[in-house]
Order: sequence, then structure tokens, then C-alpha cells
Amino acid sequence: MRRASWLPEAALALALIAAAAPGAAGELPAQRQAELRHLLDHDCGSCHGLTRRGGLGPALSATALGDRDDDFLIDTILLGRRGTPMAPWGSELSRDDARWLVDRMRGR
Amino acid sequence: MKRIALTAIAAAALLSGGMADAESPRGIMRGTGDLGIVIERAAGRVVVVETSTPSRLYTIDGLGDLSHASAVFSRDGRFAYVFGRDGGLSKLDLLRGEIAKRVVQAGNSIGGAISQDGRVVAVSNYEPGGVRLFDAADLEPLAEIAATAVDGKRSKVVGLVDAPDSKLAFALYDAGEIWTADITDPRAPRVSRHRDIGRLPYDGMITPDGRHYVAGLFGEDGAALLDLWRPEAGVRRILDGYGRGEEPLPVYKMPHLEGWASVGDLAFLPAVGRHEVLVVSMSDWREVARIPVHGQPVFVVARPDGRQVWVNFAHPRNDTVQVIDVPSRSIVATLKPGPAVLHLEFTPRGEQVWLSVRDADRIDVYDTRRLERSASIPADKPSGIFFTARAGRIGY
Repeated sequence: MRRASWLPEAALALALIAAAAPGAAGELPAQRQAELRHLLDHDCGSCHGLTRRGGLGPALSATALGDRDDDFLIDTILLGRRGTPMAPWGSELSRDDARWLVDRMRGR
Repeated sequence: MKRIALTAIAAAALLSGGMADAESPRGIMRGTGDLGIVIERAAGRVVVVETSTPSRLYTIDGLGDLSHASAVFSRDGRFAYVFGRDGGLSKLDLLRGEIAKRVVQAGNSIGGAISQDGRVVAVSNYEPGGVRLFDAADLEPLAEIAATAVDGKRSKVVGLVDAPDSKLAFALYDAGEIWTADITDPRAPRVSRHRDIGRLPYDGMITPDGRHYVAGLFGEDGAALLDLWRPEAGVRRILDGYGRGEEPLPVYKMPHLEGWASVGDLAFLPAVGRHEVLVVSMSDWREVARIPVHGQPVFVVARPDGRQVWVNFAHPRNDTVQVIDVPSRSIVATLKPGPAVLHLEFTPRGEQVWLSVRDADRIDVYDTRRLERSASIPADKPSGIFFTARAGRIGY
């Protein structure tokens, strides 16, 4: 239970990506960035802390994320993590959205 | 049951007091029974409010990271103890409108409680996991209760409440345990452990009579119940498999049990990952009904007289509040206060309920008889609302 199994359900992942992918990757519109910033601070923040130093969920600071693979983090955001309260956000976030969030967490 | 070794807390950093707010009235001769605080989470600030008008009185700044902040009150209703996410514990003087004392007591905390006699403030911590006890007068550290380590890390503590006969009760999120602590001597708390209570207890509550402690389980369908009058009988599983056979929905916001509404013999509580409020009989702790609601409930709170239960919801359905009529167990109103309704608090006798509408930067006050908005008060990203009537209630 502590080391909850992480099973990237490939079929679901592909379906989500296909459904959510915008025409081309690139800079997100300013309006979308503002929405994502708000989501990061307040919705992610409700478990991971407003300053992302952790709460019931783990810390998401650049240091805490360390050298974890970006795609692993993006998949975690979109698919959630089984056996933990981390919910799948793929129904409202695209892969580009999730990548933008990971970039912010890493301070890029 | 086992005595737990205690470690004295080495030191707590003291921070400076709050800034004065020149144009605000201070030091007025008045009572505090109609006062309360609203957390402005992003600004690290608290608004002192008054429910009789209703209005804002003044703000108190410099409280650190207040995401998920909560508060308890001194028994005289003059002081609020605010528990910040960043481990800050602040004692606020509601009459003077300023910080009376502030310490940063841990790296990451989640909530707290005040003892039955009002002399001890307890804080539940995530980092390092455990409970710390402080003198309510001056916030000097008294003792630390270290939580069980899991994979080399001390378990996070959730659902900390006070209980009669000078006790505390709380749950260990990672370890899956419920503990009680007798703090008759707050420098030497006596801990009783109940293990294997279920996976990932996410919050806990105590019934208004102070007899039953219930921990909600995130990792399993069900809840864990401890009868504090008969602790030797151990923890019992209740509501086992209330969602059995159905795939729960993703949970975008953890429900809270603090506001478990109890009305007569019935308790109303949020179902995890379902658009339902569960109705449970407190005489045998069996489910008696499920009420379909608008979304996943977060807070399920009874009006003080028990006639109504108000419910708010998780993202993305958090613009709505529903009102359940208790006798008929039916929804009598579906209100749309605005984006991100995070918390609700009734006035002591329940003629008003205050809602924090975070993304509209507003507190809405509703008349609970007419089910209509009666006032709005501006607030910067408001979250928790806490009125001084909590001072006299077990578990608050």
C-alpha cells in the first residue's frame, strides 16, 4: 500500500492522449496558462500544498521531483496513481497541459 | 496498548507579532460570541468577522501558508489558534485583532485540537509525523508524540480531535492506526494504540457526545469506529463495502469528516468517490439510506437544530451547494453561490450559514429559512470559516 503499484494503463493512456491532444504542440494560450496556474495553486495545492511543499500528497518542488522522468510525471497527472488518492486529471487536462504543469513544478 | 516513548521538543522558532491595522477599531469592550475568522489562504491572512451585522472587522497578516488551515478557540472565545500548512501555530487575539503569539512548530502540519480544559493545544503534523502539545497560554512546547514509522518515515497524522476526560484521538494515515492519548499530564501523555484499523485513514471525527471516534478510510470502502467508553473492545469496521461492486469515481478533493452531521440518532457523511451522502444510524452504525447528490460531497454539515444538512462538493462541481431536508431526506434546494465553494459554517443557532466562494473572492451569507443569500462580504480567496461557538463543542 505504501509502495502503490503504478500501472500505466496503456490503452487508456492512448485514448486520453488521442482525445485531448491539440493540433500541434507549442506554447499554450495565455488564458489556458492562467487556468492551469490557478489549478496548480489551488486544486493540486489542496493536497500538495499551496507552495507545493507537500501535504497529504508528496512535495512537488523541483528538488522533491528530482530526476524523475517527465513522462512519468505527466502520466501520473493524466492517469492518477492507483492505491493512492492521486486522481486521474486526464478528463480535463491535455498532455500539453500536463507538460506545462510539470515545467512549472520544475521551475522551468 | 503500549506506552510510547516521548521526546521533548527541542525548540520552536518564534516569529514576530502581527502588524496593526491603523484604521480598524481595536480593543473595543465587547463579547466574542458572534465573532469568527475567515482564512484568506493565498494571502496568509485571516479576517476577523462578526455575524450579527454581518461584517468584516479587521485582518491579521503574517500567518504563513494557510492552504488547508483550520482553527480552534480558547474556551473564553477570545483567542483563535490557527494551524497553518507550513507548521505555523498562531494564537490570535480576536478583540485586539492581532497575533498574540506565533511559533513554527513543524515542517508541515494539518490541523489541531484544544484540550477539554482549554490548557493544551495539540497540533497534528505530517512532517515529521506526530502530535505536538503546547501550552495554550504561551505556546511553549510541552511534549511530542511521535507517530509509527512506515518505510523509515513517521506516519502522517490526521483527524486529531479532543475527547472527554482529558484525551485526544487521532489517526495515522500511512500506518493505518487510531491512537488515543491521555493528556492529564501534558508533559507525559499516555498513548493507547489500535493497529490494523484499515488502509489510509484520511480524516477522523468524534460524535458530539464525545463517545465514538470514527476514521474514514480512503484505501478501503468503509470506516473504522472506536468506542471511547469501551476502548478495550477495540476498533470495529463499519460501513464495510458501502460501494462494493461499483467502480468509485476519481476523487478530486478529499472529503472532510470534521463536519459529519449528526442529527438525533442519524449521522450524515460524505461517501468517498460517489455522488452520495450516506445516512448512518449511530445506535448500531449501519447504513440506513443513501441520498443522491450533485457531486462528490466534501463537507456535510447539519444546521445546529438538525433540521437541515448542507453539502458542498469537490472539483469540478464545486460551484454548487445542496440542502437536504432531514425529516424527508430529500434535497430541498440546489444553490449556485459561485465558483469553488470551499467551506461552510453555521452561526451558533443556525439562522445563517456562511459559505466561502473562493474563486469569486467572496463570503456569501445565506438565510437558512428562506434558503436565499442575505449578504456578501468580500474576501481574498477565502477558504475555512470558523466561528467562536466552536469553543464550547467537543471535537472542535
